[in-house]
Amino acid sequence: MTVFLKLLRTEMKISLRDPLYAFFTLLFPVLLIAILGNVPTMQEAPPELGGLRVIDLYAGLALGLAIGIIGLQGLPAVLATYRERGILRRLATTPVRPGLLLGAQLTMNLITVLISAVLVYTVANLAFDVPIPESPLLFLLAVLLNCSGAFAIGLLLAAVAPSGKTANAIGTFLFFPLMFFAGLWAPRELMPEVLQRIGDFTPLAAGQDMMTDALLGHSPELISITVLLGYLVICGAAAVKFFRWE
Amino acid sequence: MTVIEVKNLAKRYGETVAVRDVSFSVERGEIFGILGPNGAGKTTTVECIAGLRTPDSGSITILDGSAGDPALRTRVGVQLQEGELQDKLTVREALELYSTFYPDPADWRKLVDDLGLTPKLKTRYGKLSGGQKQRLSIALALLGNPEIAILDELTTGLDPQARRDTWDLISGIRDRGVTLLLVTHFMEEAERLCDRIAVIDKGEVVALDTPAGLVQRAGDEQRIRFRPSLPFADELLTGLPEVKELRRQGERVEIIGSGNLLHAVISVLARDGIVAAELTLEQASLDDAFVNLTRGE
Repeated sequence: MTVFLKLLRTEMKISLRDPLYAFFTLLFPVLLIAILGNVPTMQEAPPELGGLRVIDLYAGLALGLAIGIIGLQGLPAVLATYRERGILRRLATTPVRPGLLLGAQLTMNLITVLISAVLVYTVANLAFDVPIPESPLLFLLAVLLNCSGAFAIGLLLAAVAPSGKTANAIGTFLFFPLMFFAGLWAPRELMPEVLQRIGDFTPLAAGQDMMTDALLGHSPELISITVLLGYLVICGAAAVKFFRWE
Repeated sequence: MTVIEVKNLAKRYGETVAVRDVSFSVERGEIFGILGPNGAGKTTTVECIAGLRTPDSGSITILDGSAGDPALRTRVGVQLQEGELQDKLTVREALELYSTFYPDPADWRKLVDDLGLTPKLKTRYGKLSGGQKQRLSIALALLGNPEIAILDELTTGLDPQARRDTWDLISGIRDRGVTLLLVTHFMEEAERLCDRIAVIDKGEVVALDTPAGLVQRAGDEQRIRFRPSLPFADELLTGLPEVKELRRQGERVEIIGSGNLLHAVISVLARDGIVAAELTLEQASLDDAFVNLTRGE
């Protein structure tokens, strides 16, 4: 356990030394909310949103953005690099199993998302009256499931990509359409029906739906949970099957 | 006491045979070298011993376990080729982190001091030179106070001074009672450091001996070259039992022979008042032995 905590601390330190990572996962989501919150149309509440204002949705989207960047770009690039450069291989010669480093990476990324969530919702609530989720536990579950979907895809990318650069390129390629379906450019609720239905089956959109439901105090839709668990199980299993340690 | 015993090791990758049939044993406290040309199967052999690869056949016994036993990982330190660290990790952080992996770690401060890395403790891995990375890698391999250390190509990429410093360090490690398994393709390194050497070629052990023993196999032919101060007849020297052949190149003389050749030749020349100027003596080296042993058919 102490070894795991030490690995976790080390991974955390290293990732914060990467200014781009720190900026895009911790600062950028808050900045996005701070900027969007000052756009007048963001305060509007179109009837499709079921009582929410556009800015209320964007708090979740900003967090989804962090989850997408971490899960689809950061995680696979880091893990593929660890393999490519023999970091996992070196670890395999010590009493510590390289899997523990993977665990530390995943935990570190999860903690980053949670910190980002606290930052985003604190600023959104204090500055723009975005409501604190009616069901905090369901909201936490939504964040965790949203992470598990994106992280599972990231792990699969890390497993199959030959290098860190390739992993990052594929992740970036997936990031934009998935963020589109999640509603980053136009809220899902305002999309044409067909785009909404396609979006139902994408991980970041399903995660966004769960977070919105939790914000309103609604129980999560079965389809959101099923889709996210599906990504977790299928991509996770494929990642385990295909992962090469060197 | 035998601490590593490799018996009939074989490993192939698909159609490529990396190791065909390798057997040797390493005694406690010795520096055992594995020498061979590129692609001979050296690295695959040590990777199997380190438990990173599973052999197709054969057995590897290390201490009281077999290769790959989790219990061995605290007792065997490994420095591999292409095993890096995170670029943004400092030397100190790496040492502190890896120290937590072992039940009874060595004092890393002492290790980095011996390795001359103390001024680099705050430097990030990505900013280290090749030699510094290599030395950190050796420090990490020794961090667990291992009984056996496996070092693969430890001085590759080091400048001559750093290489000599590393050799001194290796001798120092042996003096602490650590058994060392060294993979190298540097003749000088093998000759300087190793008690015994297994020469591997095309996946097989082609010779296993002390460095001196290997040199002897290359034959004890010697060559003497000199410029005589006075002319002399060939017969003066060709009559000696030690002399096999005498050649003249301009005013220089080359003599090929064996045994106590130098003494025999100089004595005869001195008797006749001839001085051998610009004298050189060439003996078979580990290089010659290596070339003979691994020469393609």
